[in-house]
Amino acid sequence: MNMIEASRVVYEYAHYDEDGNIDEIKRAVDGVDLDIQKGDFVAILGHNGSGKSTLAKHLNAILTPREGTVWVDGKDTKDEGKIWEIRQSAGMVFQNPDNQIIGTIVEEDVGFGPENMGVPTKEIWERVEESLKAVNMVKYRHHSPNKLSGGQKQRVAIAGVVAMHPQCIVLDEPTAMLDPNGRKEVIRAVRALNQVEDITVVLITHYMEEVIYADKVIVMDEGKIIMQGTPREIFSQVEKLKSCRLDVPQATLLAYELKQAGLKLPDGILTREELVEELCRLKQNT
Amino acid sequence: MSLKAEHINYIYSAGTAYEIAALRDINFEIPDGQFLGLIGHTGSGKSTLVQHLNGLIKATGGQLYFNGEDIYREGYSMRELRSQVGLVFQYPEHQLFEVDVLSDVCFGPLNQGMSKEAAKERARAALRMVGLGEEYESRSPFELSGGQKRRVAIAGVLAMEPQVLILDEPTAGLDPRGRDEILDQLAALHREKKITVILVSHSMEDVARYVERIIVMNQGKILYDGEPREVFRHYEELEQVGLAAPQVTYIMHALKASGLDVDENATTIREARETILQAFRKE
Repeated sequence: MNMIEASRVVYEYAHYDEDGNIDEIKRAVDGVDLDIQKGDFVAILGHNGSGKSTLAKHLNAILTPREGTVWVDGKDTKDEGKIWEIRQSAGMVFQNPDNQIIGTIVEEDVGFGPENMGVPTKEIWERVEESLKAVNMVKYRHHSPNKLSGGQKQRVAIAGVVAMHPQCIVLDEPTAMLDPNGRKEVIRAVRALNQVEDITVVLITHYMEEVIYADKVIVMDEGKIIMQGTPREIFSQVEKLKSCRLDVPQATLLAYELKQAGLKLPDGILTREELVEELCRLKQNT
Repeated sequence: MSLKAEHINYIYSAGTAYEIAALRDINFEIPDGQFLGLIGHTGSGKSTLVQHLNGLIKATGGQLYFNGEDIYREGYSMRELRSQVGLVFQYPEHQLFEVDVLSDVCFGPLNQGMSKEAAKERARAALRMVGLGEEYESRSPFELSGGQKRRVAIAGVLAMEPQVLILDEPTAGLDPRGRDEILDQLAALHREKKITVILVSHSMEDVARYVERIIVMNQGKILYDGEPREVFRHYEELEQVGLAAPQVTYIMHALKASGLDVDENATTIREARETILQAFRKE
């Protein structure tokens, strides 16, 4: 069953000159087809300006396509009567946690969404409890959000979305402003949501290490999807990724360099454990 | 000619119930022309420390010397210090405000009392240093990409021709290419202009690749101070305080533990490649 489907989606930003006339039109998304299954963990990669955030905003109807169609759980995002249902089934988490938190106490912040949806009080508390559990933040429920670290704040923001019981969560560079520890905490929480709660995840990021656990990786450049496949398939193409301003994980890059220098390593090594294992095997065979 | 800290302490809200020591007994000397990395997790005191170095925050105890002069002595010109020690804040592009790129970069030199013409010359030179050509001068800074905006903001500080350039997480939020461009330009600037560069960063990979010395901050104190390979040797201790070593360090230690004869203190891809190839050639 499709969670999200997109067909030939086009979105353009208009640029106005001083007199208010359109002097340039920029195509941010250019003919994108998408097919995201329920329960998938999909990562979208691309450099700044590649169109990935614009595409993400289509996945819960913040933007609607100029051409083509996006369906979220079978509903056309252009159908204004369905917009609240769509936003409830696909929640969104943004880059800066400080812009997403409104409550003065963690549990109130998390309860805001369900309260707004008209969920009965008793159930709101149940949802707050389970959402904070899902992101491992229960012990901070009575804290003030502005005393939390970046990673903790971002997990509160995620809990706020989880409390609305979405089928899908779209995260637009949720770790870009965090330190390494905060990044780890957030990614761990996101993976748990996918694996334990079976929530579909669309993760947009620059950090290649966060992508290696995804079921599918989509690479965007100039508004188009230029590569898609499993992490292993994508990261075997080091040259191509570099040419579209992206990195590969460090273990992959080291393996690639060693291979260039003549060591007989397989393509698509993703983790340091794999690299160590392959090198040891190679050493035994020489 | 150097930056020297002696027993620097900084206590927030001293004498109240909310008293917090942000910096405790900080000592170091940074010689001219060094490329230094300052690392530590959020809240470790690194941003507080760099704001001391150009006098934005005054220590509650200890001395700070710039070129041998005590900056806390009476009559010391903080204005002069701030033009010599340039600080680029986190997300500096939020501070762009002028109608075009050239005017924005001219702001610092004009403020230093330079003539319009001289300021423009400085600004042009600074823009070239960050890799922005003439075609950018008349554009609105708000129409540029994230990485370009950030380079304009860095040029704004470079135009004051500081002897010391401090950057607080200059690559946060940039894509990999944008990150490499900025770091490569900083490295070139350091090489050619011989200025001191202090890079505050969360990325161990970046720090390992570019700097010659690392200071690690933890809970307001200096935990380690040395060359990257020295500092990353303590990767287990670094993890305990919420940091990590570069990915390569872990790979090298695992290889060593599995019996491969490699230099486990390699910290960059290039070093790792060399020592692994050597281990294979020995056979």
